[in-house]
Amino acid sequence: MNTVLVIAFLKAAVIAGTPLLFATLGEIMTERAGNLNLGVEGMMLMGAVMGFQVGYSTSNPLLALIAAALAGGAGALIFAFLTVSLRSNQVVSGLALTIFGTGFAGFVGQGLVGLKLSEKFSAGFLKIKLPLLGDIPALGEIFFNHDILVYIGYLTAIILGLYLYNTRNGLNLRAVGENPAAADAASVRVTRYKYLHILLGGALCGIGGAYLSLVYVPVWQENITAGRGWIAVALVIFSSWNPYKAVFGAFLFGGLDIIGFRLQGTGIVISQYIFAMIPYLVTIIILVVVSFKKDRKNAPPKSLGEPYFREER
Amino acid sequence: MQFRIVKKPEISQKQYIMILLTAIVLALITSGLFILILGLNPFYVYSAMIKGAFGSTYRLEQTVVKAIPLIIVSLGIAIAFKMKFWNIGAEGQIVVGALFASYIALNYGEAPRALLLVAMLGAGFLGGSLWGLIPAFFKARWGTNEVIVTLMMNYIALKWVTYLQYGPWKDSASMGFPKIANFTQNAILPKLLGVHIGWVIALILTAFVFIFMNYSKKGFEIAVLGESSNTARYAGINISRTILFSMLLSGGIAGLAGMIQASAVSNTLSVEISGGVGYTAIITAWLAALKPPWIIVVSVLFAAMVQGSSFVQTAFGISAASALVIQALILFFVLGSDFFTKYKIAFSSELLAHGKETKK
Repeated sequence: MNTVLVIAFLKAAVIAGTPLLFATLGEIMTERAGNLNLGVEGMMLMGAVMGFQVGYSTSNPLLALIAAALAGGAGALIFAFLTVSLRSNQVVSGLALTIFGTGFAGFVGQGLVGLKLSEKFSAGFLKIKLPLLGDIPALGEIFFNHDILVYIGYLTAIILGLYLYNTRNGLNLRAVGENPAAADAASVRVTRYKYLHILLGGALCGIGGAYLSLVYVPVWQENITAGRGWIAVALVIFSSWNPYKAVFGAFLFGGLDIIGFRLQGTGIVISQYIFAMIPYLVTIIILVVVSFKKDRKNAPPKSLGEPYFREER
Repeated sequence: MQFRIVKKPEISQKQYIMILLTAIVLALITSGLFILILGLNPFYVYSAMIKGAFGSTYRLEQTVVKAIPLIIVSLGIAIAFKMKFWNIGAEGQIVVGALFASYIALNYGEAPRALLLVAMLGAGFLGGSLWGLIPAFFKARWGTNEVIVTLMMNYIALKWVTYLQYGPWKDSASMGFPKIANFTQNAILPKLLGVHIGWVIALILTAFVFIFMNYSKKGFEIAVLGESSNTARYAGINISRTILFSMLLSGGIAGLAGMIQASAVSNTLSVEISGGVGYTAIITAWLAALKPPWIIVVSVLFAAMVQGSSFVQTAFGISAASALVIQALILFFVLGSDFFTKYKIAFSSELLAHGKETKK
């Protein structure tokens, strides 16, 4: 393979990884609050379909993104109400949300299948080469010659990282996820923190889904996420709840996602369906590897999955 | 007004059922509003759904056909969930079960019917349990998160079948169309009372799982492990072995459903063999509180909803995805209703009256 092809491949990996990045960051935020939301796939689908619907009817990229974020947030609200206020089982509530999201997207999207977004709309997501950064050899082309959402993805990761590790509120959030009773005793508003971060996390998942339907594909097709929401849940573990590592994980998986397709042209004779297994297979391998080298730094938030009930502390 | 949440004393079976029914009614009202937004009369739609599911012998049979895999897979899931092993991989276990059974059917299609079908059932169980044992092994050995692993295994199973369907197993007689050859007559399950014999298998399995969960040592160990792994350890239960055994059963039962679908419903193997049953069964198992007799009731209702909504789809032009939405809404409400079986909301005046009770 020559350099041009490698650069083109890595660049495509960044694009394929961007929906994963948004969803992973959203789920990191949610899990940092101590709630395991397995509805990522559902929220992505809700965001994808609402974003597409609004984008198709208004041709306005900003409105489409807002709709996607709201849709993802609305899904997360159901989850938050069930698990935070009503203390339902988080695993089953999240699964229910995925099923709901799949049904919702199938329902809203039935009239959209095969439709294409207008050129006026897609003009909002043209590639913009960043000044200076974009001129770095190779790296500039791979990372800094993309549509605006890719940059927003980078920014979100950095902002979330700074928020978690360098701000008072981020510290409080981590405390809520580790030990809600202690956080409560230190007068952190546990319920408010949980709601807020679950909702924001859902909004990010919605945007991740919308990247697929608005930029990546950009034609509506049923089940457009194809399991990426679940890969995002695994990426959260892979990145040990750290937003910076999530960037690396997301792009790595973006690469795995497209490698089969890319290798088609290079004369390697392995069925594309075998290659299509790779991201899922690698996810399993990574999870197993992560699970046998457990240490405190990479451990999940301690209260993850447990409902918090003040009277029981 | 001030309020706080207080624990309720144990509630009676009657109260429990009342709360459950309220949740289902609220879910139906919410879905009704959803239908109303679409500009349709929810009463028409609901009654059409009932007609579509039970309105004629044919439709009734179709409902039963759809209920069979749901019952069987829910039973498998219930075993894993009882242990709080979140087996989201039933979909893949169904597919691999179907795949193994199909291997037998496609290669030994001329074998005597009874022998062939029993071999296919065995292969189906083997395939499903193999697919269930892999995540169980990782969980037992290293505590690897089973939710993700079981889920990833679903995708791998589906890609595998896609590969076979488009590649090595493609029927040469299908003129280039990517499909696997149909089974021989001998490899197709017989019918009994109008519906393939899978319903008998489902009933037998229900009885088996009921007895296993309630009256066997292993079943008891699974329940203890689900309550608390510490208790299980103190009680001297071999945790790894319990995890492996229950997933062998859980996956194997899902694999049986795969065999039944391949043999009796589609008469071949395809990527659509499961069609989401593995996920729907999670809802039904949970709604049935993991209790085998209730699994039959809930599964038949859900199958009716799927059958009814495909009828509604043609009658009103509502997407069949509406069934998923209604199912998820029911699950949301029932999940939420659980709160009211355990807690109650006490307002400030009530708090004063029951001050002593809440302080303890």
